[in-house]
Amino acid sequence: MKKTPMLIIGGGPAGLSCAIQAASLGQSVTIVERSHSLGGQLVKQTHKFFGSEKQYASVRGFKIAELLIQEYEKYKDLIEVVLDATVTGLYPDKVCTIVQNGRYYKIKSEVIVVATGASEKFIAFENNDLPGIYGAGAVQTLMNQYGVLPGNKIVMVGSGNIGLIVSYQLMQAGVKVVSVLEAAPLIGGYLVHASKLRRLGVPIHTSKSILKANGSACVESIVIADLDDSWNPIPGTEETVEVDAVCVSVGLSPMHQLLSMVGARILFIPELGGWVPKVSECHETSVDNIFACGDLSGVEEASSAMVEGRLTGLFAARRLLGTIDNDESIHQDLISQLEGLRSGPFGKKTREGLLQMKEEGQC
Amino acid sequence: MLEKNGVPSKEQVISCFPESSILVKPKAIIECYQEIPCNPCETSCPFDAIKIGVDINTRPIVDTSLCTGCGICVTKCPGLAIIVASILNDKAIFKIPYEFLPSPKKDENWNALNREGNIISKGKILSVLDSRKQEKTKLITVEVSKEYLYDFITIGCPDER
Ligand SMILES: Cc1cc2nc3c(=O)[nH]c(=O)nc-3n(C[C@H](O)[C@H](O)[C@H](O)COP(=O)(O)OP(=O)(O)OC[C@H]3O[C@@H](n4cnc5c(N)ncnc54)[C@H](O)[C@@H]3O)c2cc1C
Ligand code: SF4
Ligand code: SF4
Repeated sequence: MKKTPMLIIGGGPAGLSCAIQAASLGQSVTIVERSHSLGGQLVKQTHKFFGSEKQYASVRGFKIAELLIQEYEKYKDLIEVVLDATVTGLYPDKVCTIVQNGRYYKIKSEVIVVATGASEKFIAFENNDLPGIYGAGAVQTLMNQYGVLPGNKIVMVGSGNIGLIVSYQLMQAGVKVVSVLEAAPLIGGYLVHASKLRRLGVPIHTSKSILKANGSACVESIVIADLDDSWNPIPGTEETVEVDAVCVSVGLSPMHQLLSMVGARILFIPELGGWVPKVSECHETSVDNIFACGDLSGVEEASSAMVEGRLTGLFAARRLLGTIDNDESIHQDLISQLEGLRSGPFGKKTREGLLQMKEEGQC
Repeated sequence: MLEKNGVPSKEQVISCFPESSILVKPKAIIECYQEIPCNPCETSCPFDAIKIGVDINTRPIVDTSLCTGCGICVTKCPGLAIIVASILNDKAIFKIPYEFLPSPKKDENWNALNREGNIISKGKILSVLDSRKQEKTKLITVEVSKEYLYDFITIGCPDER
């Protein structure tokens, strides 16, 4: 069986940053990534990112992936990357089972960092399985990675940052965005994103959602309606809208399955995206030497995922290497970056979620 | 209402502008109404004219006495929330960010749009800048009538509607 001192599952911004940090301290690591490239969600983001300089603000997402990969290449002799490899199992003796190009094998590691990100939530409505009804991730993959248009006339369901940004990207690709629907009474994402859509003539409707889709072979129209304060449709407000695609962007839920399998404690904290692994301040789960970071330990942003990844890389390397030069100054810098990203009104949910996690007792 | 439909009120818009007398020279106008964790406008300005400070959630403030209207921050802002405005005789001249194809060309007349996406008049394209540093966000200089100073926000391709 293959052995490695430190294994990272997932090569998104969190996993990649974790590897870079650990390698910069002299620790050798292995990243296992199920897709054919590193970068996770970043590779399909064509917009400029928020945050501050340290988190590559104002750089387009796919470029941030390129920058991280360039940084990783500096440590190539310490970081082993295994692509097209899905981790299918994680066991208490720190053995991972991996499927790669039809081959099935095992890797054993002393320390494991799980950075599998989050998957998209979906909503129930009649005919939501008709072709032409997509999650925002699928739309971005088709459009921005493969250059395939998801449709010509689309309605976006959900006005969080992802819904707003993907709507803008759809317009850039030449797709007509008929409207953005939001069930809540207020827009969920940053208002700057909302305004940049609105000024291009895309209406954003709050307290409105989709009731059903119509069509035989694919979606041909949808029925939308106003919602009351309890998010119930108001009879008589139904309206039929002709579309050939619908994009659903209603949030993400952390991919905790591998950690559940190994018996790590999982908590339900809606502020962090739902079921999340309980992690200590060192990002260690309730299972010794298994760590978690990024969207998996609380759905946030790539900016915070990268900083959390670096922080987790420091903790994991500390576990393996013992003492580390400049440990305290690296630690302080990363902690203050995270605090900066989370201290505003938009960080409130995360702050509350992390507080709940802390109150759940020690691991 | 901004939080419901993405359209700021006229008062909100005017609150982002300096006195008209200052706009004899081009100045950055920032419409970033929320506290979000973001500060490339501040770090990109070569003249230190934008202040956010240590807490990156603080809303940016422009010091018009330092701003030269160069437009660098306009293409750096990921929220496309910054324009540069100036007044020359009966015209208002704007530098705006633009990320769509086809690209406008100098001397063309494009549709001038307001914050709801409605066409308010024609806008004359005075220049199109697309340097490598702008990372594919073009900087377009557009001229409209001065009466649209607080209404104009972007341009739309004349062939599209
Ligand atoms: C439309 C959109 C716009 C966004 N805009 C911004 C923005 O402007 N600014 C910002 O900061 N953030 C933004 N984000 C959020 C950001 O992309 C995520 O928060 C970030 O990617 C999370 O990083 P991560 O590494 O935790 O997870 P991911 O990026 O999801 O990476 C997880 C990786 O793990 C791999 N993986 C999962 N399971 C396995 C397995 N079993 N075996 C092997 N590999 C596995 C996946 O293939 C993936 O590569 C946006 C997201 C979207 C969708
Ligand atoms: S226009 Fe130029 S000088 Fe003015 S704030 Fe922006 S970057 Fe600074
Ligand atoms: S860069 Fe743009 S979105 Fe970010 S704080 Fe400055 S004005 Fe606001």
